[in-house]
Order: sequence, then C-alpha cells, then structure tokens
Amino acid sequence: MNTEPLAFEHAIGPFLADQLEIRGISRRNFVKFALGITAAMGLPFGMTRQVMAALDRPAARPSVIWLHFQECTGCTESLLRATHPTVETLILDLISLDYSETLLAAAGHQAEAALHDALAQHPGQFILVVEGSVPTADHGNFCKIAGQTPQDMLHAIAPQAVAAVAIGSCASWGGVQSAAPNPTGAVGLAEALGLEGILKSDGSALPVINLPGCPASPYNLLATLLYYLTLHRLPELDTKGRPKFAYGRLIHDNCERRPHFDAGRFAEQFGDAGHRQGWCLYKLGCKGPETYANCPAIQFGDVGANTWPVGIGHPCFGCAEQGVGFHKALHEQAKVLSVTPTSLFPGVFTEHPGGVTVASAAVAGAIGGGALVYALGASQKLKQTEAASTSTTDEEA
Amino acid sequence: MTEVYRPVGGKLLTRHFYFMGVLALIAGYFLVRRFVFGIGAVSNLSDGFPWGLWITYDVVVGTALACGGYAMAILVYVFHRGQFHPMIRAALLTSVFGYTLAGVSIVVDVGRYWQIYNVFRPGYLNLNSVMIEVALCVTSYVIVLWIEFSPAILEAMKANRLLRLMRHILFFFIGVGILLPTMHQSSLGSLLIIAGYKVHPLWQSNLIPLLFLITAVAMGYGMVVFESLYASVQLGRRLETTMLARVGAIIPWLLIAWLVLRIGDLAFAGKLGLLLQPGVEPLLFAAEVALFVYASVILLDPHRRVRPNALFWSALAVVLGGALYRFDAFLIAYNPGPGWHYFPAVGELMITLGFFAIGIMAYLFFVKKTPVLSANP
Repeated sequence: MNTEPLAFEHAIGPFLADQLEIRGISRRNFVKFALGITAAMGLPFGMTRQVMAALDRPAARPSVIWLHFQECTGCTESLLRATHPTVETLILDLISLDYSETLLAAAGHQAEAALHDALAQHPGQFILVVEGSVPTADHGNFCKIAGQTPQDMLHAIAPQAVAAVAIGSCASWGGVQSAAPNPTGAVGLAEALGLEGILKSDGSALPVINLPGCPASPYNLLATLLYYLTLHRLPELDTKGRPKFAYGRLIHDNCERRPHFDAGRFAEQFGDAGHRQGWCLYKLGCKGPETYANCPAIQFGDVGANTWPVGIGHPCFGCAEQGVGFHKALHEQAKVLSVTPTSLFPGVFTEHPGGVTVASAAVAGAIGGGALVYALGASQKLKQTEAASTSTTDEEA
Repeated sequence: MTEVYRPVGGKLLTRHFYFMGVLALIAGYFLVRRFVFGIGAVSNLSDGFPWGLWITYDVVVGTALACGGYAMAILVYVFHRGQFHPMIRAALLTSVFGYTLAGVSIVVDVGRYWQIYNVFRPGYLNLNSVMIEVALCVTSYVIVLWIEFSPAILEAMKANRLLRLMRHILFFFIGVGILLPTMHQSSLGSLLIIAGYKVHPLWQSNLIPLLFLITAVAMGYGMVVFESLYASVQLGRRLETTMLARVGAIIPWLLIAWLVLRIGDLAFAGKLGLLLQPGVEPLLFAAEVALFVYASVILLDPHRRVRPNALFWSALAVVLGGALYRFDAFLIAYNPGPGWHYFPAVGELMITLGFFAIGIMAYLFFVKKTPVLSANP
C-alpha cells in the first residue's frame, strides 16, 4: 500500500469528508452508498463503519495500474459513466489510479513515463487491473502498446503486483474475441499468465480475481477493491476465480421473474401477452439459468429501478459466463443448471370462487358430526367406568 | 427409568383400522391430483387466502396438539416430576406423528418439491424471515422427536447396543426438544403479526407469540389427558385417572394466565369496545373464553377433576378452545380485503382428514407393536 498521501490529494484535502463537500455529495448519500456496497460484498451491515473508515484513510487506498489489452474500453466506460451519484467516481479517484491508458491526461512518451514512475514508486504494492484479452496467436502481435505485446507488458508488470483483477469477460475468459473462429487466439488473463509462466517476484502465483461481465458491473469492481481495503485480504473466490459475493448464485436464482418460471408462465414471443405481463423469458433464450452473476440483486446499468436486461424484458445474454455469452446463439434455450420444474403445469389462472359449496359443507359437517359421535361414545363408556370405579373405590375404602 | 413399557398387542387390522385406511386412500387420490394438476385443482386457496386449512389445521393447530411431548418433557425433565414419566412415550408418539404430518402438509401446501429443499441450504437462508425460523425449527424438531421416540422402536427391534448408545446421548435431544417448540410455537404466532391489519384487531396483538406458546402448552397437556382417556376406553385398558387429574390440575393456571394476558392486552390497547360491535368476531372470542373458563372451573375443582368423564370433556374443551383461537386468528377473523372468500374445498378437507387417519393408524400400530404405554398404569 502507498503509505504517503499523494500530491493531488493534498491539493483538494486529504480527507474524504472534504472531497464530499467539494463534490456536493451529502453525508447521507455517502452512507447509503457504503451500506449498499457492504451488502454487495456479502458483509454484515455492522461492518459498514469499517468500510467507511477504510475509505476515510488516505494511507489505506491502494495504488492501481490499469492495463488495456484487446477490448472495447466498455468496462472503464461503465465505471465512469454509469454513475448517477458521483460517489463511485470519487472512490475511483480515491484509489490512486496511477496508470490508465483511458484516463491518463498524458500521451506518448509521457504516458510511458507515468507507468514507469508508478512501478518504481510502489514496487510490489499495487493492484494490477487488466481489461481485455491476451492474444496468443502470432506471439501476441495483434495488440501492441508502445511496441510491446500484452505478453511483454505482463512479464514486466505482473510479477510486481500484489494481486490482479481481470475486469470484464475478455480479461476473465477471452470474451467476444474468443468467439469462434477466435483468429487472435484470445484468452483471459489467468490463462495467459499460466501460458507465459508468469509468477510474482517472490515465486508465488499471482492471485487473479475474475470479474466477468460485458461490461463488468462497476459495483463488483468497487466492492472487490473496498473488500481488500477494509479487510486487507482478497474475497473468497469460486473455482473460476470469481468473488463468491458477486458470482455465487445463478441469475436464475435471484431473478424477479423466477416465480413465473416455476409456475410455467413464459413469454413465447417478444410482445405477446405473456411478455407484456412480465413473464419468464426462458423460452426466448434467457441464459439466466446457466449464468452466475449478481445482476438481479444489484441491477445493471444504473439508470433506475429494475433496469437490467431481464428487468426491461430482454432475455439475459449470459455475457458473464464462459461458453455462454458470445458462444451460444442469442435466442437459443439455456441449459438449466438448477433443478428443472415439472412439465405438468397447472393452468396459469385457476378460477374458483373460494366460498363454501354444498359438497365441502357436507364433508366438513360429516367430519364434525363424526368427531362428536366418537366423543359422545367415549364419554358414555367413561361414565360407565366411572360408575363402576366409584363403586369399587367405595368398597376398597 | 425404572418403569416398564409394554406393547398392548392385539389385532392390528380391525374394522376401524380399515376405515382409516380408506380415508388415507381417498387423501392419496387428492394428493396425486394436487401434484399433477396443481393446487387449484384440490383447494380453494387464493392470493387472498394463501394459508388455508392445511396451514391452519395441519400445521398450526396440529403442532399445538402435538405439544404433548413437549409439555410432558417440561414437567418431567425441567420440573423433575418423575411420577409422570410413564406417560411420556405415549405423549411423544402423538407428537412424532403430529409434527411429521405437519411437515408433510407444508410440502403438500408449498408443492414445489423441486426446490423446497433450498430452505435448508445455508447459502440460501433468508435470516430476516420469520418463516425460516418456523421452517428450520419445525424440521429440526421432527428429527429430534424421532430420536426421542426411537428407544421404543429400538426396544421392539431388540437393538440393545443402539439402545445403550441412545441412553447416553438422549439427554441432549431432550434438552433440544424442549428448546425448539418454545421457539417455533411462539413464531407461529409471530407470523400473524406480519399479517398486520388483515387479522381482526381482537386477535392482532404484539402478545400473540406468548399467547400462542401458552395455549400450545395447555393444549399439549389437554391432549395428553384426552388421548390417554380415549385410548384407554377404546383399547379396554385401565384408566390412569389419578395421574391424569394431576396433569389436568396444571392446565387451569395456564389458561388463567392466558385469559389475564388476553383480556388485559385488549383492555390495555383500548379494544374492549370491539366486543360490543356486531358481527361474528365477538361471538368467536366469547366462545374461546367460554371453553377455557369451562375447563378451568372443572379442572380447578379437586373433586370434579378426578372424575374421568369431567376430565374428558374439560380436556376436550382446552383442545377445542386452543384450536378455535388458532382458527379464528388464521382463518375466520382473517380478512385480506373485499372479494376474498375461503372455505376449504372437498379435496383439502379429504387430504387433512386422510393425514389425521394416517396419524391414528400409526398410533395404533406403534401402541400395539412397540412398548409405548406403561405396563402397569
């Protein structure tokens, strides 16, 4: 971690509180953001305080070097643009983004100098964020920055990083470039590191956190970074290197249209009656049943309530899942990974008055009457034994 | 554990048993319909009344009736009244089947067998839900009850090694078996607090969890008394009147506590005026109170409570009063808004009746084939 506050932080005040005021963000909005992001990380609400404290300390903020390989910059764009309150941008500013090709004011040799400075300033202490896939065909010549292939850059930079974050599907598993016929031989960051045999400078493997999505949800990046700031360790990952707090469940599991799936209410065509009613999009090719992401929980696109692909009526495309997004046809039916419900569905609407009928009244009456007959019978027998026992106890007495 | 339990023996396949079997088969028919054609095909449940007869009777009333094991365990193990130990297995037997069938009813009611097990997957728990408390607690208690009851089965199987092991670990399950119903019998009441204004103000109260817990214990004792008398009469055994009278003597104090809390709560909330309003609700309230007062008056009198017939009717009054209280709160005095009506459909009634019949068949089987009832009452 960079222990020294950076120069620009002094310029507008080193503390978060000052910056909030400058940017016109109310304390209340900031606390709301911290609460939300704590929940997104899967941490208990009680830890919001710690998350806010971590944000408050300039010394705790990590240095970040952000590399762009084969990609469209969509992930950076979504991080910068998709924000309505400016808290997220602020936090992006707060993490010292020492080198980012998109955001850097400098160009050419100056930009290269910035990268070298950042490496020299924080050796072994920065987080490497990679956006875009690594081309493996033709020695990586499909992508060159300052005359260097992604492989060259990774050899130079990756060993000095604390950890790497592969943001977006491209960096996670190849993304759109890896779709057949994959002319560039595009692979994700983790695979590229493996192919190149790149390790950390101390010889241990460089941990890679995959945040797939096209683009990746900016909140998942912020949550991952804040998790690291708050707890000083990396979040728990699944077998594909994705944080469990964000990619632990199928989209299908948390989908607001899930009850329609279970009840067999499907939109069959765009614009049909079911589609207009907001029914399940499975038959239109929704990939929610085979894609792991937290889109239904935290939404996507940041333009208001219920705006994420499924929410606005389009089937999920499976952008986050390797082998689904860009690999399966858009409207091909998904392979349901969780249990498939019965195909013996009842009718969509069951109309019944709900009131008493002659038959049900008769059955209820019969049950009541039967119970009374049984009770009276038992009572009769009890009376007899009672009479008998009083006489015997009298004799005993 | 010096007393001996013995199987009653005798013919199992009596005419009554066959009659119960027929009822179970009819229920089976409706169960198949429910799972093939959906819940609308057999029930009158609707969005306004998603909880009908199955939840109200099989689960809420059924588990309260099955509180005999819990109530007797409090008496024997917490208050250390060893003299009641001979009755504990019979009480447990009713509890085992009451709770197991309640669990099965929930599966029938929810219906989504392809995902209902998600309730138990740690990553899927919604810890802010009252229902999760009920779901987990009732399920654990079903398992605990079977373990508590297992010595009777193991004795019948002559599995002596397992039995010895069981004796060493049973204390733990008895402890858990007292804790769990305390939790979920009150939570069943808490479910109604969430229903808010839909529950008639005469029943809606923040005291509901406590009122439910008290009536559950009272109904547990009531059921022990009722069941013992009924079984003795029907199976031709000697009555355990002296002991039952002692159990019965506990009930009035619970009922008095309930009446004080219930009426005190209404007075405190300024709701007593609602009793004078027209409608069926004040009458239902009066019926509950009347049943409990009737039982209390008889059971408080040491001369009357030793008479088997008086004991029988007062125990029945306790059970009916508690059941009526639950029916009122969950169904009869429950108003989800204009346009919604509910009366159980024939299929619903037959499934509930079938489960009841299965419970009785199981009771007869275990009483006749395994050592459940005390050898010398």
